Amino acid sequence: MAAVLTVPVPAGSHALDWIRRNPTIVFGSAILGLFVAVALLAPWIAADPLSFDPLNRLKRPSQEFWFGTDQFGRDVYSRVVYGTRISLIVGVSVAVVATVTGLLVGVLCGYYRRLDDIVMRVMDGLMAIPAILLAIALITLMKASLLIVIIAISIPEIPRVVRLVRSVVLSVRGLPYIEAAVASGTRSRIIMTRHILPSTVAPLIVQSTYVCSSAILIEAGLSFLGAGTPPEIPSWGNVLSLGRAFFQISPWIIFFPGLMLAIAVLAINLVGDGLRDSLDPRIARRM
Amino acid sequence: MTAYIVRRLLATIPVMVVVALFVFLLLHLTPGDPAAVIAGDDASPSEIEGIRHKLGLDLAIWQQFGIYVGNLLRGDLGTSIFSNLPVLTLVKQRLEPSLVLAVSTLVLAIVLAVPMGVLAAWKARTWIDRVVMGFSVLGFAVPVFLIGYLLIYVFAIELRWLPVQGYRPLSQGIDQTARSILLPTIALSMVYMALIARMTRASMLEVLSEDYIRTAHSKGVSTIVVLLRHALKNAAVPIVTVIGIGLTLLISGVVITETVFNIPGLGRLTVDAILKRDYPIIQGLIILFAGAKVLVNLLIDISYVFFDPRIRY
Repeated sequence: MAAVLTVPVPAGSHALDWIRRNPTIVFGSAILGLFVAVALLAPWIAADPLSFDPLNRLKRPSQEFWFGTDQFGRDVYSRVVYGTRISLIVGVSVAVVATVTGLLVGVLCGYYRRLDDIVMRVMDGLMAIPAILLAIALITLMKASLLIVIIAISIPEIPRVVRLVRSVVLSVRGLPYIEAAVASGTRSRIIMTRHILPSTVAPLIVQSTYVCSSAILIEAGLSFLGAGTPPEIPSWGNVLSLGRAFFQISPWIIFFPGLMLAIAVLAINLVGDGLRDSLDPRIARRM
Repeated sequence: MTAYIVRRLLATIPVMVVVALFVFLLLHLTPGDPAAVIAGDDASPSEIEGIRHKLGLDLAIWQQFGIYVGNLLRGDLGTSIFSNLPVLTLVKQRLEPSLVLAVSTLVLAIVLAVPMGVLAAWKARTWIDRVVMGFSVLGFAVPVFLIGYLLIYVFAIELRWLPVQGYRPLSQGIDQTARSILLPTIALSMVYMALIARMTRASMLEVLSEDYIRTAHSKGVSTIVVLLRHALKNAAVPIVTVIGIGLTLLISGVVITETVFNIPGLGRLTVDAILKRDYPIIQGLIILFAGAKVLVNLLIDISYVFFDPRIRY
């Protein structure tokens, strides 16, 4: 249908054409770009997120304090701007850690069937534990730090990546070109890296965007519950958490970081959905 | 069938062993002395020694695991360090609100999301479809605490229709419980509805393109019967599967929702345990939640037979 209606475009406007065909990726990336800019420019566009100002406690949003102030008179806008850094760092780090680890384990499992039996039982066990509880258990036992939070959120995400990679590897393994590679005496390491790995790239890119948005949500949830990023770091979850006690008189302390969180997650998911549709037409037809 | 159920039951054993082993090892693989970590920064050496002894950390590691698993099998989830009460007793005290919240969320999500998905698939590529999919995309992005606080702000603080926070037990009358649980249920069901609506739509779209659907239509079967009896029943297996997958989301959501709405359930038990570093409670809750999830997945696997008679075990 759409193909018939499309006006022929002169060569050279491939980029424009691509943008028109992938509106969600473009829209999501644009919002994400804004968040990245805010995170990078934080020292120039926001005041000190930690400075106390007892005279301006729990002030409504105004010209002076765009997002209002919290119970210590700290500027919620500045805290939300600096919080963007934490959320993006956590999202990207968890996506990288979980994807790389999951890829490694998944490829090995898909290729070495004996390893597969043991590792998949462990993954089943890990998957049975709700992510947030698993992270809580890890964080309560260690000294809270951003690194621990990233590791604790990555661990429950790994089994999902492993399952995905493994299923791709298993479906590729039976194809004639792998048989041909094995028959011609190619070493396992070469088969894995050069023949199997490339087919996992597309689904992995899509999956990592979902891991990223889920990590940002879990970090906020953990901090909200008081088991996440150390309270002195202004992450969105920590701002939300402190706003809990004053919600009835100062709802803005919760409203603004919550809204930013929702927009950021929405943007990442839109990019993910768009990538899924353009990279994997098989799923795109169904979803 | 019976053989299949038995085999499936046996298959849950390794999963639960891994969970138990993980929960057990967690305490031992952490850098530093777990007793000192649990005791907190300002504990005296004798207090740390007391906790070490109470947790059995002075025994050999294999003895500890043996005792731990033995206790689990007898239904002993451990003892709270802080209150000295068995974890199972604490769980029983806090079970009702969480269970009521989880069940009401599950019911609301299924009752609303399945028709939404069916409608979206039937009216694919129309504005109805777009609204449902838009809702689904939003539902995945907006965190439960933001929805929760917005609902409290609008319906409890501004309009004063419903209580702000808290929970009324069923013993005070089901209407009181319903009033106290309505907003948390709506907040928690959003993400679940998004998940179910999306999967229902996808699964229905696949089935609606089948030949037998066209046949049913041309035989003059009414649309509603085609959609529900011919299509939905055959589209049910992936929908039921995703309801099971979503259970982990639901459990994580319960913990956060209870904090937003001040509901004294298992989630609050978890949060209090975090603040007091009452590790046995966290361990016990992990075992319990994982067990619940494994059990539900088992039930879902068995339910496939009902939805799709082609599946024979």
